[in-house]
Amino acid sequence: MLSVENLQVNYGAIRALHGISLKVEQGEVVTLIGCNGAGKTTTLRAISGIVKSSGGTVKYEGRDITRVKPHELVRLGIAHSPEGRGVFANMTVEENLDLGAYARHDHSEIAKDREKGLSLFPRLRERYKQLAGTLSGGEQQMLAMARALMARPRMLLLDEPSLGLAPQVVQTIFQIIREINAAGTTILLVEQNAHMALKVAHRAYVLEVGEIAMEGDAQKLAASDEVRKAYLGVG
Amino acid sequence: MDTLLQTLKDALTIGSLYALIALGYTMVYGILKFINFAHSDIVVLGGWLSLVIATKLLAWLGVDLAAGGVAAWWVGPVVLTLAMACCGLIGFTIERLAYKPLRGAPRLNVLITAIGVSLLLQNSGQLQFIFGTSPRKIPSLISDATLFSIGDVQVRLLDLVVVGTALALMLALEYLVFHTKIGRAMRAVSYDVRTAGLMGIPVDRVISFTFILGSSLAAAGGFLWALNFSVIKQPADTSWVLLGLKAFVAAVVGGIGNVRGAMLGGLAIGLLEGFGSTYVNPALRDVYVFAALILVLLVKPGGILGKAVVEKV
Repeated sequence: MLSVENLQVNYGAIRALHGISLKVEQGEVVTLIGCNGAGKTTTLRAISGIVKSSGGTVKYEGRDITRVKPHELVRLGIAHSPEGRGVFANMTVEENLDLGAYARHDHSEIAKDREKGLSLFPRLRERYKQLAGTLSGGEQQMLAMARALMARPRMLLLDEPSLGLAPQVVQTIFQIIREINAAGTTILLVEQNAHMALKVAHRAYVLEVGEIAMEGDAQKLAASDEVRKAYLGVG
Repeated sequence: MDTLLQTLKDALTIGSLYALIALGYTMVYGILKFINFAHSDIVVLGGWLSLVIATKLLAWLGVDLAAGGVAAWWVGPVVLTLAMACCGLIGFTIERLAYKPLRGAPRLNVLITAIGVSLLLQNSGQLQFIFGTSPRKIPSLISDATLFSIGDVQVRLLDLVVVGTALALMLALEYLVFHTKIGRAMRAVSYDVRTAGLMGIPVDRVISFTFILGSSLAAAGGFLWALNFSVIKQPADTSWVLLGLKAFVAAVVGGIGNVRGAMLGGLAIGLLEGFGSTYVNPALRDVYVFAALILVLLVKPGGILGKAVVEKV
């Protein structure tokens, strides 16, 4: 469904991605794990076009989307829930959700998806008319995900949904990621919390300083010595 | 009592025009985070285009005001609409040619470019075959006969039209920004450009739209200003520069980037200036305005309606 080949990104003179290749098949949850600064977020940003790649290609459903603008990707069925949530704090939960559906015009279907989102995240229903800036961190994360789903994406790019959240909230968020995937949305998940990410993912890539260091079945990676030592804090 | 009412009337008129112009500064700042110094020249352009359009239109209709002819009621609105449309188009073009290529550039570069655009507009406006360097009288499209008087204070139809049009345009903008889809997109772009793009909002188109909107409001400001004073000064006259600066101060005082703040700031500056010069010292007219700017920057740098944004973890 999504294939990234030899993707390179430079920030000025610094090379952030040294040529990354990865694939996401329809229906999968694929996770990209690694330390701070390994290039996980940069990879997602380069896929969705908010940072310019200096080499390599990104293909989505057979189409080259390397130079496609971010707002056009939404129309192609890719939604990106950014790092740090990016909720519009000065707008209500309702307005944030409506913005997620900005590219759509099928009003009755949008209303259905809004209803779906609110039943997936009941907390948002309680906060519906509140300004997003007054929500807790976990609620903001839920809003960011619900908002991304409002685009009715076939592919969801999730950047660090567990960032800064209490363990219990993290559990909830990951449970919902499973549900979203079960409902048919393909997911590319970037996470520092390798433990949780490897649990929900089918396959995983381990990123180290701008390069793919390991890849494979998520469970097998979770059991391997290198990953256990470096990312799961075991051994 | 009469002095009070007269001052209030004049201050509200001027204040509503400041507000109208301040909106353009604040909207562009909200979205691109730079002060569009060419904005005040769009006001000038709006005033002068109104004059040119009105003169041509009246000649075409065969109405001679000097010989006692009267402009039909719809001439004013038509002139206003055409001037707004022209300035909207010019604002759009300026953004495309001058600012868009600098999208990723440091803000200082954009600011300097804006000053350049401002100088270009000022100086080309002074060319003899464009507007020239002498003041002119704008045809009186709206009757300045007194409608009614309160004490010695005369209220003309013209006064009501100027304030009424300014308020109506501000209400329309308020509705657009807070109750429509494009308005929501503008607020999203203003809050966070990158995330707005991820929502599927065509950011460049929203920026163009903002310029069209701000420039057409500036044109309306120029039109109403010209009507109100009936004489229109040459394009580089200091009175225009001061008008632009005061509207800018209004935007900052209200809270730059905040649409409601610009309206509030405009009225506040108009009142301050009016009452200060009537009751304290008319020679310090400009001083009050800029002193208010300094005071606000010292005490509440975000402006009256500006808020400090707190990030949640």
